[in-house]
Amino acid sequence: MMILGKPAPLLFGQLLLGIINGSFYAMLSLGLAIIFGLLNVINFAHGALFMVGAFVTWGLLNYLGIGFWPALVVAPIIVGLLGLILERGLIRFTYKLDILYGLLLTFGVAMVLQGVFTNYYGSSGVSYGGPAVLSGIVNLGFMFLPIYRGFVIGAAIVICFAVWFVIEKTSLGALLRAATENPSLVQAFGVNVPRLVTLTFAGGVALAGLAGVLAAPLYSVNPNMGSDLINTVFAVVVIGGMGSIGGAILTGFALGIIQGLTEAFYPPASSVVVFVVMAVVLLARPAGLFGRAA
Amino acid sequence: MEITRRNLLGAAAGGAAVAALPVLPARAAGKPLTIAVISDFSGPYRDDGGPTSVACVQQAIADYGAKQKGWDVTVVQGDHQNKPDVGAALARRFYDNGADLVIDVPNTAVALAIQGVAHDKNRVYINSGAAGSSLTGKFCNAQSIHWTYDTYMLAQSTGGAMVKAGGDSWFFITANYAFGHLLHDQTAQVVTSHGGKVLGNVNYPFPQTTDFSSYLIQAESSGAKVLGLANAGQDSVNSIKQAHQFGLTQKMKIAGLLVFINDVHGMGLEVAQDLILTESFYWNLNDRTRAFTKRVLPRTPNNYPCMDQAGCYSGTLAFLKAVDAMGGPKAAGNGAAVVAQMKKMPTDDDAFGKASIREDGRFMCNAYLFRVKKPGESKIPWDYYTLLATTPPDKAFMPMKDEDCPLVKA
Repeated sequence: MMILGKPAPLLFGQLLLGIINGSFYAMLSLGLAIIFGLLNVINFAHGALFMVGAFVTWGLLNYLGIGFWPALVVAPIIVGLLGLILERGLIRFTYKLDILYGLLLTFGVAMVLQGVFTNYYGSSGVSYGGPAVLSGIVNLGFMFLPIYRGFVIGAAIVICFAVWFVIEKTSLGALLRAATENPSLVQAFGVNVPRLVTLTFAGGVALAGLAGVLAAPLYSVNPNMGSDLINTVFAVVVIGGMGSIGGAILTGFALGIIQGLTEAFYPPASSVVVFVVMAVVLLARPAGLFGRAA
Repeated sequence: MEITRRNLLGAAAGGAAVAALPVLPARAAGKPLTIAVISDFSGPYRDDGGPTSVACVQQAIADYGAKQKGWDVTVVQGDHQNKPDVGAALARRFYDNGADLVIDVPNTAVALAIQGVAHDKNRVYINSGAAGSSLTGKFCNAQSIHWTYDTYMLAQSTGGAMVKAGGDSWFFITANYAFGHLLHDQTAQVVTSHGGKVLGNVNYPFPQTTDFSSYLIQAESSGAKVLGLANAGQDSVNSIKQAHQFGLTQKMKIAGLLVFINDVHGMGLEVAQDLILTESFYWNLNDRTRAFTKRVLPRTPNNYPCMDQAGCYSGTLAFLKAVDAMGGPKAAGNGAAVVAQMKKMPTDDDAFGKASIREDGRFMCNAYLFRVKKPGESKIPWDYYTLLATTPPDKAFMPMKDEDCPLVKA
């Protein structure tokens, strides 16, 4: 069967691969959206922290003999702690300034992190094999899918849903949202708002670290792996609507699929298509697909 | 002055601009000679060039005994960030501040820009890191030499050997810029001229592509026997790693059209095993290459030299010999004269053995076809390659009659 001049199995394959890439977009843009929504900080260091997550995963195995499964928990915690230090030590000083200062600061942090890792580990990166249980390939009829990639889709959906649920449906989430709307009022109720903000930042960053763990077996673990992704992820957040959690998740998956199909029909445009979509969305809906107009 | 945000930002931008300018040390008395390594020190090609290229240049100076001759040789370095405008500005500044030689420069686009600057300033330029064969084609000039390798050589060696070994149908995954296209076109030509077929090609966006699975699926469904990867650096690592994940390595042979040993190290042998590739230098090739590597390693721990970096060693050595033959560092300022002298002198060094420089500026060395070892076959650190075939220089490089080098026509 042919669809638009392409064999149907090929298209189904591309669709599935698009969803896998979309999983990473969703997980990364989710953390960005949380940090922006609650802290009003455009965290340019997000890609670098994703990279740190992947390197920590590799380091846990190489230096300490800790494998993939424990790393799924340990690496995000380590990255989260790094986020904690970043927020307390640097980022909190920009809250009262123009939003651009936070952006510049985190951009600088990203470059420092990238430079440090380049210095110690070089540019060709390190190799990470991933868990042996998930190493096989399964025949889906229309394509051969590496089991690990299937696992990534599942993990991403679970993570995204859990985060969305916590923020939108629990009392902790309600507190977070209230603290962003009116910090002084929430403080008056006896809530330690600065600590809440710090933990939110650490949590958002830990999500980037977790995405890094999942990415380590798939991609070359190298210092530039985050900066290659971050532009697309920012576009996802903008299209979804800055700060919208659900919007970031849905847009992440949708853009992964659009990109996957572009790769089948006209590969050279596959990195541009995301930005074309962004331009069109911004023209039609300046606040993004799911954003509230300011 | 009142401190405002605008002032602060301006000052920060100015400070950054000053910090980006290369600083040349003041010239010491005696016979000063300055060698500038312009390379990628922060991006995807850092491990194939970068600090290890600098180490190789320093090793060449030490091996030549420049100090014993009373020469004062300074090595400076600049990061071109893979941007042609940055590279050209760096080269101009280095030459203006007295650099006698600019060397390395991975990335064909940057290399072409600097080649023009070398011509304008009449100073020597030795390219080791860039692949584009057009450097000795229509863009050749009297000040420039292309060391180490080029796209034509990679196509002949890897492409030719794989077709002869039965890999007669190909699918290409190509980085969508000048280098990728040159490599694809020249390899496709070799494949068809040996009676093979090209079943398909995808041009993917460069840079910023990290996931190659779509293209790998397309390659697989084409039914081709060989997957030709017309890319380099991280892209090679990512595409090979993912081909391994999708089980393509069991169905197709993978030709890494430009893979350096540092990339193999980054992938690990589990992933890279059985990959076919070409380099003109391998540290574990013979006693001389091993001796060279042993000498240079203390300067570059954790990163063994690849052909690009070894080319910086070999090129610097040849440059120093030519300058010596012309009466010492004072003669180095006339780029065209030094290059003319270098073309007259056959070279012989530990990295490349006996070789020579052709009229068009092409360094003529052997091309070695390697197979990457399986994890069990590798006995010592960085023991990664098995030699499959050697292509002599006259077969490895494009005949001058097929190039458009103005130097040769004149």
